[in-house]
Amino acid sequence: MRFELMYDSFFKILEGVPLTLEVVLISTFLGFGLAIVVALMRISDNKFYSVPAYSFIYVIRGTPLLLQLYFVYYGISQFSFVRESILWPILREPFWCGIITLTISTGAYSAEILRGGIQSVSQGYIESGRALGLGRVSLFFRIVMPITIRQALPAYGNELILMVKASSLISIVTLMEITGIARTIISKTYAPVEIFLVAGSIYLFINFVITRLVKYAENRLSIPST
Amino acid sequence: MLEAISFGDTGWGDEMLMGAFWTVAVSISSILLGLVIGIIFAGFKLSSIKVLNLIAEFYTTIIRGVPELLVIYLLFFGGGGAVMYVAKIFGYYGYIELQPFVIGTLAVGAISGAYSTEVIRGAVNAIPRSQFETGSALGLKGFRLYQKIIFPQVARLALPGIGNVWQITLKDTALISVTGLVEIMRQSRIASGSTHEPFIFYTIAIVLYLIITRVSNIVFDKAETRYSRGFVKRKIT
Repeated sequence: MRFELMYDSFFKILEGVPLTLEVVLISTFLGFGLAIVVALMRISDNKFYSVPAYSFIYVIRGTPLLLQLYFVYYGISQFSFVRESILWPILREPFWCGIITLTISTGAYSAEILRGGIQSVSQGYIESGRALGLGRVSLFFRIVMPITIRQALPAYGNELILMVKASSLISIVTLMEITGIARTIISKTYAPVEIFLVAGSIYLFINFVITRLVKYAENRLSIPST
Repeated sequence: MLEAISFGDTGWGDEMLMGAFWTVAVSISSILLGLVIGIIFAGFKLSSIKVLNLIAEFYTTIIRGVPELLVIYLLFFGGGGAVMYVAKIFGYYGYIELQPFVIGTLAVGAISGAYSTEVIRGAVNAIPRSQFETGSALGLKGFRLYQKIIFPQVARLALPGIGNVWQITLKDTALISVTGLVEIMRQSRIASGSTHEPFIFYTIAIVLYLIITRVSNIVFDKAETRYSRGFVKRKIT
């Protein structure tokens, strides 16, 4: 073990933490919005909504994230009409391609989690809401969503950890977050075990904090048992 | 465009199919390695020996909390060194270079093993104590007890979970394209680099993965039905 190297690289790798967190936070936030839309489409009785949502979830869950990233980063930019469009300044940047890919991915996985939560809301609550005169929108945001979030939180916590792990893939499109820096140091120093331990501990720490936060939220939202 | 995906010397069709073959091959060998690891570490987790519990807990926590890519880099850059280190103990001082397929299997197998450990542990825990007691009352001991009574039931209970692990393993093999194994991912990179048609080749790659997923879903459904013979299918409402 080269402890001095581990000590030095710890601070170097730490510089990648903000980028990792930034990417995870932005895409989780956008992905959650996407997930609500997809989940609602998925449970709709109208095939016009449910079939596209189902296919979207199927394709995203059935293909590797790396492939999705390559598709967005290299595949779409192949066309000259994309390169000439106003979206090009965004699609040209590896950062935004990473955000787009991770948003789409977490959107599909979270949609399934939310769907389970929404479907677990018992009919009685919805009827009570209607009896109170709530419209469709306020029924959804005031009754269905709070119960869904409580129900889906443990599974969503797992999804957050998966997102932190998934964010490492953006290092392949040249972004220097935790894994990207770790890889550079490994290929310079040829000390894979030491660097793995350092970068791995940082990831474990981030995920530990997330687990704690989700647990805290779970406790806050749970109904006090009598 | 059609020429680019045709079979034969000028097109990439046959190469892409070959890539799909390697993806399936490395997925199968990884999940098998993962199942062996899973059975051993599930045994560790269920054991009453504290040290074994700790080792297994350490392994699953690290693998499940650290990005797969990092594990692959560890094996890719450190795997050969580790093997040479072991070889030195046995008196072999030559240079050993591991093939990408072997490194890929070791890395993805190690990841897959952590998930299998949890699935198998859950399945063993779901078997009622009375099954163990009945087995020993029949005079079955140790390995025979597990072979005759426990494993058949574990297999049935673990199958849906193993189906999920298979799905994860299949997708993780895309990451070993960074080590140089020419599976679907790497093949589509090579093909799109040489033809300047990334859109087409990544679309083909998506379709290939979806076909493999669809076929494996059918296989797992069949296996589940087979292992659930003699059980009434529970209907929810």
